[in-house]
Amino acid sequence: MLGQQVKVATAEASPDNGLRRRWRIGEKFIEGWIFLTGLLAIVVLLGIIALLLKEGLPIFLDTPPWEFFFGTRWYPVSEPPTFGIMPFFISTLWVTLVATAISVPVGVACAAYLAEVAPDKVRETVKPIIELLAGIPSVVMGFIGLMLLSPLVQSAFNLNTGLCGLSAGIMLSLMSLPIIVSVSEDALRAVPDEFRQASYALGATRWETIIHVCIPAALSGITAAVMLGVGRAIGETMTVLMVAGGALAVPVSPTEPMMPMTAAIASGIGNAVRGGLQYQALFAIGLILFILTLAVNIIADRVLERQKRKFAR
Amino acid sequence: MNMKLSPDLLSNAPACKKTRLGVTGVNLFYGDFQALRNITLEIPECAITAIIGPSGCGKSSFLRLFNRMNDLITGARVEGRIELDGINIYDKSIDVVELRKRVGMVFQKPNPFPLSVFENVAYGPKRHGRHNRGELEEIVEKSLRQAALWDEVKGKLEQSALALSGGQQQRLCIARVLAVEPEVILMDEPCSALDPVATLKIEDLMRSLTESYTIIIVTHNMQQAARVSDMAAFLMMEADRAGVLVEYGPTSDIFTNPKDKRTEDYITGRFG
Repeated sequence: MLGQQVKVATAEASPDNGLRRRWRIGEKFIEGWIFLTGLLAIVVLLGIIALLLKEGLPIFLDTPPWEFFFGTRWYPVSEPPTFGIMPFFISTLWVTLVATAISVPVGVACAAYLAEVAPDKVRETVKPIIELLAGIPSVVMGFIGLMLLSPLVQSAFNLNTGLCGLSAGIMLSLMSLPIIVSVSEDALRAVPDEFRQASYALGATRWETIIHVCIPAALSGITAAVMLGVGRAIGETMTVLMVAGGALAVPVSPTEPMMPMTAAIASGIGNAVRGGLQYQALFAIGLILFILTLAVNIIADRVLERQKRKFAR
Repeated sequence: MNMKLSPDLLSNAPACKKTRLGVTGVNLFYGDFQALRNITLEIPECAITAIIGPSGCGKSSFLRLFNRMNDLITGARVEGRIELDGINIYDKSIDVVELRKRVGMVFQKPNPFPLSVFENVAYGPKRHGRHNRGELEEIVEKSLRQAALWDEVKGKLEQSALALSGGQQQRLCIARVLAVEPEVILMDEPCSALDPVATLKIEDLMRSLTESYTIIIVTHNMQQAARVSDMAAFLMMEADRAGVLVEYGPTSDIFTNPKDKRTEDYITGRFG
């Protein structure tokens, strides 16, 4: 009985009554194209990792890893050369710390203002302007830091030179501000209005509602925003090269001239002999930077995942 | 009319009770649009007053007048007087935050915060300056017991409130309101997102709360209004879409002996 039914069904479908499956060449082409472009991104990423490993790892045959990481002396052209990247690593930490310490509170507060307080008109004007800030070339930011900011920092803190980690960090904070504001604002606006209503109805003020309801509810998005901002600060090169001062000592305070890892690579690569020890060492720094930004991204991802699970409806 | 009302409900007629909220000649506008016209009624204390009427007649807008939630809507404007214990709550000297402490609200869709069960109930008291952990624990337990939720959640106070069922979430929202110790509780179709069992639990809870609270409930459900309320107000839309009060009185009168033809047509299901 069942077999009979199936037979009848196939018998009816076989003539071309318009239901027969068609070979859509355009669909297949698009599918293939999207697959290829996706593949390309992965291939490029693997290629970059392979290149960094191939060019960078050989330095550890000459300089042991612990000497490379914890060494405080970077003399690539001495005899024998020493490659200790501690000064660069600490410089990157200082600059990123200053940038984050400024851009996170300012950025989140700005986002909270735009999302929760500002009238629509203000938000629609201000947000694009802040996002425009992201489009300023980093060399221009470096120039501003050099000409405008560093004299101010010098006189404010009574320093020998205004070209220091603090100035670089301040410029970097301006550069990571747009992404923090933009992504945090989106996250806050995505918080359902029913939470705000519930909070107001319980007699909470607007400030209490923002602090205790809106920001916690948007925390995953805000965390992602902060991580993106930190990633930007770690990876930024031209501005720190121009503003951070470029000293090779391990900086003990952010008001000292310093050279973050990105600047070390940029300033050193021109003089390095291809395949030489310095060349390898610079690639190894690149590898560490890559791992650092990757770690930041993975942490951000994890935080997002956990928040999603926690607050899933 | 074939509406059965339990005798104890009839005996609970609130005619003798004191007026808690007085509404006199109230008009509500959203920009140019008039949402409510010339509404006057008196809401007795320690009773449940139901607001019924067809969709869009301004029931929710009317409810939101009592804790000034309409203030949050740009362009909303109120004329007339609304008095809480004889004080006009739309007076310039009124602090909205204090008003909302005394007039709590439960929303249509359960809306617990994305926090733990404990933090949800403790939210109000914390905002009003209570931070002592022991004191908060007491308030949370008391409120959850009042909301008939304690036995179901006592083991998982630290879990996310969003993991609770819809009915539990709504009772949590009621507990959250009770924790602030209001005098009046506004309920905006509190059962419309719940199944019949959860609905009955909420209704039982409401009856048990009338001893010490004045409750105003907006409901679409005629049986619910008949089951739980002491007083009922029937609102309807006029030709220009503004809501007007058609009839107001003890629920038993509204359901068994309506004075207005429109009320009768509505509650017998001829329209709406």
